[in-house]
Amino acid sequence: MGEIHDINFREPAARLPATHDATADAAAEHIELNMGPSHPSTHGVLRLVLELDGETIVKATPHVGYLHRGDEKIAENMTYTQFIPYTDRLDYLAPLANNVAYALAVEKLLGMDRQLPPRCQYIRMICCELARISSHLLGLGCYAMDCGAMTVFLITFTEREKIYNLCEWLTGARFTTSYTRIGGLSRDLPHGWVDSCRKFLREVVVTIDEVDRLLTRNRIWLDRTRDIGVITKQDAIDYALSGPNLRGSGIEFDLRKAHPYLAYNEIEFDVPVGATGDCYDRYLVRMEEMRQSVRILHQCLDKLPGGPDNASGEPINVSDGKIVLPPKSKVLTQMEELIHHFMLVTQGVNAPPGEIYFSAENPKGELGFYINSRGGGTPHRLKIRAPSFVNLSILPHLLPGHLIGDVVAILGSLDFVMGECDR
Amino acid sequence: MTAQQAAEKLKEKFGQLISEPQLFRDETTVWLNDAGQIAAVCQYAKTELGFDYLQDITSVDNHPNTPRWEVVYQLYSLQHHCAIRIKTAINESISELPTVTGVWRTANWHEREIFDMMGIRFRDHPDLRRIIMWEGYPYHPLRKDFPLAGLPTEQPDVAFAEPAPMEGGPFVTNPGVKTAKEREPRAKGET
Repeated sequence: MGEIHDINFREPAARLPATHDATADAAAEHIELNMGPSHPSTHGVLRLVLELDGETIVKATPHVGYLHRGDEKIAENMTYTQFIPYTDRLDYLAPLANNVAYALAVEKLLGMDRQLPPRCQYIRMICCELARISSHLLGLGCYAMDCGAMTVFLITFTEREKIYNLCEWLTGARFTTSYTRIGGLSRDLPHGWVDSCRKFLREVVVTIDEVDRLLTRNRIWLDRTRDIGVITKQDAIDYALSGPNLRGSGIEFDLRKAHPYLAYNEIEFDVPVGATGDCYDRYLVRMEEMRQSVRILHQCLDKLPGGPDNASGEPINVSDGKIVLPPKSKVLTQMEELIHHFMLVTQGVNAPPGEIYFSAENPKGELGFYINSRGGGTPHRLKIRAPSFVNLSILPHLLPGHLIGDVVAILGSLDFVMGECDR
Repeated sequence: MTAQQAAEKLKEKFGQLISEPQLFRDETTVWLNDAGQIAAVCQYAKTELGFDYLQDITSVDNHPNTPRWEVVYQLYSLQHHCAIRIKTAINESISELPTVTGVWRTANWHEREIFDMMGIRFRDHPDLRRIIMWEGYPYHPLRKDFPLAGLPTEQPDVAFAEPAPMEGGPFVTNPGVKTAKEREPRAKGET
């Protein structure tokens, strides 16, 4: 490697967005520009109506809802288990993490989230962290591509492909995984999967370092992202940002640390935080989060109860026939299992009346489920607190004062996905 | 400070307006008896009790019971790492309560969503427009009396102006009935 030079940054003040004086421009001509809903940098169907003074944004009005499918209404009309496939389609870049978060929410309602078998908890953590790496690889790839760095996109997508192969091997599907069940998992790790996952982890750190070399000290990248889209600590909390966007603003808050679910309290990892809250900080936080995820994955694979092939026959489901479907062989031969099977399929799990809110640290931020149950197998109300929806609500505050070219960098750095924003 | 202590402090400050805290699955819920005071209660919870982070606002439809609406505020404190849920109920004849956008700006989009999907208005909200459904859509889809298949609207140029076709799907089925249409209604109670 060659000699490393320090980068001389210009004065931050010179790069701060020009403060806009509304009264002075009252008479000036403003152009209204419609960006989206089908713009490459809107990563789906986000529409921004920008009011421009020259190239400077004076007002931004986001329009969301183009991908609304009524998931919350649908959830009220089906059993808890039937809704699992719908969670794949929330943040469709990290379906495994959504599956886990939803299953944990329903298990909290049932009061059995602490009774999950250890092997199930570890496999779920592996799923969450794989999803995080996959989501961040895509997020960074698209973010860099929007700013003109095409190579990064190609490199990260090659790596994501390997994660999808692992997903397919594990769950049978590449995107629509539907892997978790209420009280467990749909299947155990296949033979040889752990070794492949370790191989992938060895390869992905090389890729992360390559992206690091391409971007972190890249002059163009720095010019496009440093001091752009600065979110102060107060704003980040006031707008309830979550995930890397909150941590990019220097707030050390990670649900895996603050309220450890699954077995995250048995795992060692660090929570990276930014310093100024600009687009560059959010990029750095995501890069470090991927490295931390690799670290978590290594520990999970090492500590996996039962070992790679589950030689000791550790259970992956809770042993309660009123929650988890019994094995088919028993359904066909045993009366009690037949009844359990019939009741679970026709009525669903019998949840107690009550209400819970469970949130998990998803790649995009805090994915929360509020479930209001009146008893029985279907929720009375299921509200999805989508991190992208909340993260996008800062746009009208964040965009004014920036140049139109900065919009793509800011959108890329917020890393949202409309599937969960619109639900 | 724990959620229980916060609930007690709320009760100290607002007296009869705040119910006894309910505990379910380690989550603390308090009821506010007068929905008109929600902004004052939230402001107190934020400035005095440190609940600086609003995780979520959501609404529940109790149709056909009264009061019809419940609005649920999910508060979190980044300092104390604890959460508390404040709930309040409103009659359908009123269907309005004060906004909390002055307390947390994140409430803006949550309240717009509730207005859009449930039809509850928020007094003094700076920008109370529909957010998910389109401007001019006549219904509030998350209401319990709105069918899952949808209702026709008089906007023929807009997508989904007609109810969804009765093609079955993974919904609650009605086994032993002759036709597919009756066997797989789109939802319970909509045959």
